[in-house]
Amino acid sequence: MRTRVFLLISIAVAAVVFFGARTVNNDYVFFAGYTVLQFIVLATAWNILGGYTGYVNFGSAAFFALGAYATVFFHKFYPLPIPLLIVVGAVVSGIVGLGMGYLTLRLRGAFFAIATLALAVVLQTLVVNWDYVGGSRGAYIIRPNDIAVIGPYIQYLFLLMLALVVIALTIARGIERSQLGYGFATIRDDELAAEASGVPTLRLKLVATTLSGALMGMAGAPFPYYIGYLQPSSAFGLEYAVNSIAMPMIGGTTSWVGPLIGAVLLGSLQQIATVTISSAVNLLIVGLLLVAFVIIAPNGIIGLVQGWTRGRAK
Amino acid sequence: MARPLLEVTGLSKRFGGFVALDGIDLTVAEGERVGLIGPNGSGKSTLVNCICGTLANESGTVRFDGEAVDGLLTHERTRRGMARSFQLPRPFATLTVADNLRVPLLYTVNARPGVALSPAALDARCAELLQLVALADKAAQLPRDLTQVEMRKLELARAMAAEPKLLIADESMAGLSQSEVDDIVTLLIRLNERGITIVLIEHIMRAVMRFSQRLIVLVSGKKIADGRPEAVIRDPEVERAYLGQ
Repeated sequence: MRTRVFLLISIAVAAVVFFGARTVNNDYVFFAGYTVLQFIVLATAWNILGGYTGYVNFGSAAFFALGAYATVFFHKFYPLPIPLLIVVGAVVSGIVGLGMGYLTLRLRGAFFAIATLALAVVLQTLVVNWDYVGGSRGAYIIRPNDIAVIGPYIQYLFLLMLALVVIALTIARGIERSQLGYGFATIRDDELAAEASGVPTLRLKLVATTLSGALMGMAGAPFPYYIGYLQPSSAFGLEYAVNSIAMPMIGGTTSWVGPLIGAVLLGSLQQIATVTISSAVNLLIVGLLLVAFVIIAPNGIIGLVQGWTRGRAK
Repeated sequence: MARPLLEVTGLSKRFGGFVALDGIDLTVAEGERVGLIGPNGSGKSTLVNCICGTLANESGTVRFDGEAVDGLLTHERTRRGMARSFQLPRPFATLTVADNLRVPLLYTVNARPGVALSPAALDARCAELLQLVALADKAAQLPRDLTQVEMRKLELARAMAAEPKLLIADESMAGLSQSEVDDIVTLLIRLNERGITIVLIEHIMRAVMRFSQRLIVLVSGKKIADGRPEAVIRDPEVERAYLGQ
């Protein structure tokens, strides 16, 4: 299937999701749905670096928060419409991703993961001490109640996030089927052999860190409008870092479908748990599921399904 | 002698206080089949790594196809026509056998100026290479399903896919049976007849003697002999150092 066809189909699916949610006519559906969609983007973004090239990023929250704080900054400095803020978030987080890639190119495995975690801590410290964007007090963003054409503002945010999901999935799928996808896979498998086969591994790693960072920044940009009050501890929250790793791992990291399945499953589960049990039980669920999957199905749900179909074929 | 394709002059490499390579000079002419032998730890693989850019040499220069390639990254050297196979096969484990060959086609052959293979041409080239190394029926399998000798063939085929001028085969026959060794030597000679210069690093003397037009001996990071194979193995110094007499 061509990328253009895929794009059209996913736009159609997104439209069905949006109008389906509208028929329910309950704002909560949009609030909960927004979070799930946001995690689809984050998980897909993480997977471009973590799944395709095999570099585990523990600092997803930092890229997400940078997008969010870019929005807070512009909200005070020169208000822009959210679609433009998403572009700004992508640029800021993309540049930081490029910088991170450049600084950590020689690091592999656990050392790369530790470096990304350290980056998140450094950025959080910077934001906490930056008074203009609220510092440790946090910043309020007053969300308008309505917007023209669409109606309730939350539906507008939901729609924007839906668009980001379409963009992220199209990019991820496009990479998988392109020369870039083969290059990323060789980095994951064996960097030395990749170089010997002519793959410019350093450059491709930079492409991956930049793309992954930019998508995370895009996911973060509308967040202050969604949450209304942004503080460093929520924007840099552990749940973003953990979820964006857990969701692709549970879904399966080798394909764009994996993060999608993982995020929908885990994201919905968390939303249900928040309402029915308590919001604190969220990370417990993620933790338990992650442990279970790492032990039972290291290749995620996709790996399980592939195993079954292959077993049947034999 | 034909035009030199590879010229190594005064190449030295040390790891801390250990001198792995000590002022190596060697030349490989276009179209030649050269054997490189030496006891374990004599620096053969280090030499390959320095020539291919995996390791950086402290002194000396490597010239390839008339140009100095020092400072170029491995993938840039590969694109200029230098390919290698690894001592222990290092296939791309999550890609199918055919896709393993597609990588150098995409990143090396297609990256050369004036080349743009269509998807169909890429498929055809993969199939052709698999045919060459008799792996055509394994195209859709993963490398972990291959036997040891098939893995070695895949390793060679992947190096070949880059359409190199020079192929450096690093112990591509270790651990194989006699008939499998003969298979690989025949394959290498056939590749050479197609115009590819080949440097073979090998312990199996029967294979080296059958393959090589010229033999270079490395001992403790120094080149101690370079010449016709029959003459080299009768060299008393080589016998003493290499064959342990």
